Parts: sequence; C-alpha cells; structure tokens
Amino acid sequence: MLRKFKSLKKTARTDFFTYLGVVVAFIVMFALQQAGALSSSVSSWLVPICCFIVMAVSLNLTVGILGELSLGHAGFMSVGAFSGVIAAMSLSEAIPFAPLRLALAILVGALFAALTGVVVGVPVLRLRGDYLAIVTLAFGQIIKDLINCLLVGYDSNGLHIIFNLSKLTIEDLHMDETGIAIIKGAQGATGIEKLATFPAGFILVMLTLVIVLNMVRSRTGRAVMAIRDNRIAAESVGINITKYKLIAFITSAALAGAAGALYGLNYGSLVSSRFDFNTSILVLVYVVLGGLGNIWGSIVAATVLYVLPEALREFQDYRMLAYAVVLILVMLATNNDRLKALLGRLLPRRKEEKDRG
Amino acid sequence: MTFFLSCLISGISLGSVYAIIALGYTMVYGIAKMLNFAHGDVIMVGGYVCYCALNYLGLPSLVSVLLAMAACTALGILIEGLAYKPLRQAGSLAVLITAIGVSYFLQNAAQLIWGATPKTFTSVVHIELPQTLTNVGVSSEALVTVLVCVVIMVGLTLFINKSKLGKAMRACSEDKGAAQLMGINVNRTISVTFAIGSALAAVAGVLLCSSFPILQPTTGSMPGIKAFTAAVFGGIGSIPGAFLGGILLGIIESLAKGYISTDLANAIVFAVLIVVLLVRPAGLLGKYVPEKV
Repeated sequence: MLRKFKSLKKTARTDFFTYLGVVVAFIVMFALQQAGALSSSVSSWLVPICCFIVMAVSLNLTVGILGELSLGHAGFMSVGAFSGVIAAMSLSEAIPFAPLRLALAILVGALFAALTGVVVGVPVLRLRGDYLAIVTLAFGQIIKDLINCLLVGYDSNGLHIIFNLSKLTIEDLHMDETGIAIIKGAQGATGIEKLATFPAGFILVMLTLVIVLNMVRSRTGRAVMAIRDNRIAAESVGINITKYKLIAFITSAALAGAAGALYGLNYGSLVSSRFDFNTSILVLVYVVLGGLGNIWGSIVAATVLYVLPEALREFQDYRMLAYAVVLILVMLATNNDRLKALLGRLLPRRKEEKDRG
Repeated sequence: MTFFLSCLISGISLGSVYAIIALGYTMVYGIAKMLNFAHGDVIMVGGYVCYCALNYLGLPSLVSVLLAMAACTALGILIEGLAYKPLRQAGSLAVLITAIGVSYFLQNAAQLIWGATPKTFTSVVHIELPQTLTNVGVSSEALVTVLVCVVIMVGLTLFINKSKLGKAMRACSEDKGAAQLMGINVNRTISVTFAIGSALAAVAGVLLCSSFPILQPTTGSMPGIKAFTAAVFGGIGSIPGAFLGGILLGIIESLAKGYISTDLANAIVFAVLIVVLLVRPAGLLGKYVPEKV
C-alpha cells in the first residue's frame, strides 16, 4: 500500500494530502463545534472561512494557473451573493427543505456569476497584463454600483425587478400584500434567512477542489498553463488561446459566485459595498501569500489570514496596522535572495529536487 | 446651457486633480513598471499635513502647501527605499502586494494619528473672483486647480525632455540595463521619480480637499483608483496621456453626475474606460508595441 502510494506522481500525492487536510480539518472543527467547545465568535468564522477558501482557490485559477492578474474577483462574488439570495428568498415557499434551497441558491449564484464571467471575459481577455488588471478592477466597481441601483421584490405574481435611476423606492414595485422586498437599492438585501451551514461550506470547498485540481491536471489545465508560460509558443502548437483562457476565467467566476451565494446566505443582511475593491485585494493577498498556482497554499493562507485579523480584535486599532506590516515583511522576506540561499542550505534535499526538476 | 457649462467647469476642475495624481502614477509606472497602489494614500497624507499646518500651527496657505509637499516627498522616498527597493528583482505581483500593504499601513496609521472622524478642510485658496465668472459656476478653487495642473504639466514635460535627470528617467524607463551601462545611477533615478510623484500627490491632495472639504483616512483611495484609471485611459507611461486621461475622466464623471445619476457616475466612468481600452488596447496616447517572436 505504502509502496503503491510512493509510486504515485508527486502532484497526485500533493493533491491527496490537500483533500486529506481539508477533510481532517473539517472533522476536527465540526466535532468541536458539535461538542460546544468553540466560542460563538469562532463558530461564526467557519462559514466565511469556507467561502474565502473557495474564493482564493478560484482566484488562483485565474492568477496562478492562467497567469492573468484579476482585481475584480469580488464582483463575481457579489453577483453570486445577490442572485443566490434572490433565489433562496423567492423559493422559500416552493421548497421548504432548507438544504435543497441552499444548494439551488448556490447553483443559481454560480450560474449568474458564470454568465457575468462570459460577458466580462470575452472582451477583457483580449487585453494583456496591467491593462487587463485595470479592466477587471473597473468591472468590479461597475457591478457594485449596478447592484446599488437594483430594486427587487417577490410576490405571488413572481419576481419584480426594476433598475432605479431616480428616487424610486420599494413601493414602486407595486407588489400585492404577499410581497416581500429582497433588494432595496443601496440598503442592500435585508431579512435573509441564514441557510448557510458549516457542512455546506465544507462540501463546497471539496467540490471546488475536485473541479480545480482535476482541471489543472487535465489536458485543459496543461493547455492553460502553456498559455501562461508562453502565449506565442502555445498558439504555435495549435492551442486555442481564447477558448482555454475563457474556460479558466469562467470556471473561476462560477466558483466565486458559488462562494458568494454561500456567503450571502450566512448573514441576515447584505450590502453590495461589502464586495468592493478591498475584498478583491484581500483574496488576491491570500493567493499571492499562499503561492501562485499552489492550491493548498491558497487554502492555508485564506484560513490563517482570515483568522489573524479576527483573532487580533482585542488590539483594535493596531490590528490592521500590524496586518499591513506583516504583509510587507512577508513579501520582503519571501523575495530576499540571502534568505532564500539560507533556506536552500538548511533544506538541501529540496534544493536538489529543484535542480533536478 | 448654464447647467451644462457648470458641469463642464466642475468636470475640468476635478479632472485637473485626477490629472495631477495620474501624472505621479504614470511616471512611477513608466520607470519602475509597478502599480503603486499606495499613491492614493500619499494624497491623503498630504491633505492631513496641510490641514495640521493650517489649523494647528497657523501657518499661511502657501507655506502649508510647501510643507505638505516636503513631507510627502520624504514619505515617498522612505516608502520606496524601505518597501520597493528590496523588491526590484522580484515579480510584479510581489511588488503589487507590497504596495497594497503600504496603502493599508498609511490608512491605518492616519486613522491612529488623526482619528476616523472626518475633518473639515479649510480651503487654501483665497481669491475673489469677478462676478461674471462666478455666475457661470467658476469657483476660485476650480480656477486655481486648473492653472496649477497646467503649470505642473508644462513644467514636467520640460523637465523630462530638457533636463539631464529627465533624460536619465527616459533612459531608465526604456532599458534599465543599458541605462546602467551608460553610467546612469538607476536606483537614484527611481528614487527621484518617486519623490516627484509624491510631491505631486501632496499638491493634488491639497487641491482635492480644497474643492471637496472632507478629509478622512480613506479620502485618497477612490481618487487614487480613478487617477490610475485616468493614467491607463490616456496610455500608462505617457505624460500627455495622463493629462488628457485625467481631464476627460473628470468631465465624463461630472456630466454623468449631472445628467444621468449620481450613483452610477463611477460605473459610467469605468464603462467608458473599458470601451476605450477595447478599441485602443494601449490607451488613447499609449504606444502599441507589437510582440517580437
């Protein structure tokens, strides 16, 4: 058994340990939660951590595997969150079984985010480098502003949606007495039923891992990585650049949408400014600190960096300052040649492998 | 007609502020090839320093502005030396994240020093305009902003094209290795670029706060992003491009606010940027460099 395991490829072993780590972490945390050993604040972190793990892994697909800098990933999360919330609230009578409704909401969120991904991706992926980065940033801002102008309600006649350019209020939807307001413009969505649970988050993380890891290790993934390493060479061996870029980009968007739907259904109210530029940057920080193209790195970084500022709450004003300093120092340390040489001497085996590779 | 004119004028004034910030962005990008996300927060620091000099030390306006410029120049050199210089050889993403770290640091440090409650900035401009101008919506702040922007733009163009240091900057932005071989001190040139960019950010901060007198730790972030957009709009790395991009962006934003919707003004600005980039992938005045195989 052990010999068979050792004969596996290195990537397969890494993937195995990634899955194993997530499963073990889930079992431990879930057991602790059921036993009541977690404080209420720690339990409240569990679902957001799952969401941000999915966000980080999906962004890693765009930034690490595809090699295109995206600064608007929170925009897809936002689309997923609001469409998921709309789906969950309007289906509350049709489907009383909560887990099914949650699954449907996540699916709807992923679908709408994927559609947005197509709309954004087709024009954007023609651009390169920093220009692509600024356009994704712009799209993130546009999505945020557009959602701020939405009025959505649901009554016995179905969904009512208007796009609010003047001073309309939720009354202008003209709903009958069974109507419920879902999104009230800049006030966002209120009265959301909290459907998200930790096991649901865990399942979403596992699904994301299955999708992303299988994709990366497949023909598609190799094509995407070939485009990242050398676009011209990839094109010259017959790889359809647009197609593979779009596949990676849309998958990433859909997963972000799913994470958004779960995130949205974890809170009683939701405003679109929660998914602003800073959220995109936050997820990007997870990806870069976890290592570009390194999936388990993203998972660890998302968990640690989500918990760190939360756990430092007692320091209040100083915590974000400390966070900023840590961020700068880590970037300086990981890019320091002298430190790298020192590590190389301490871990000779790793260096050997690298030289051989 | 009067409404259109007043929209246009406030747009040009806002655009001038964007242009000044974008000039700093574009210079730093041209030479260091990095997106300096902390630039917007240097604006905010400039605003606060000027505010303190005016209100606590009671200094005259011009001295306060100069003090803010000096403080931001020092800050710019300090940031560059401590955070960016060790990463010269690192990948662009590492530098980007460091810049974001610096941005967080400045925002939170400002919040600790000056508090999160917004301060009301007293304008540094004290000029009485004739009645004919104020009737069409020209404020003294707008006039001064536009004038300062034009002066900076002309001065910077002359500096880059005529002076020895400007020539060194152009050489560094084209090819750092070759510039070094020609005896140019690349590190010092980059530091000087950061210093100039930060001094411009201070001016922009003071002008911005004079027109929109609310000063808080996040004051700089949105104008920073917009100015970055302006720089890309005009073609990043190009100085006339940054100027043109800034002014156009200001006008579009102001017209969108006046005629369509205040909530959607930002979205419209960004939508225009996307359309422009799709038609001209290197911005309005940027040079498109074909790839060599």
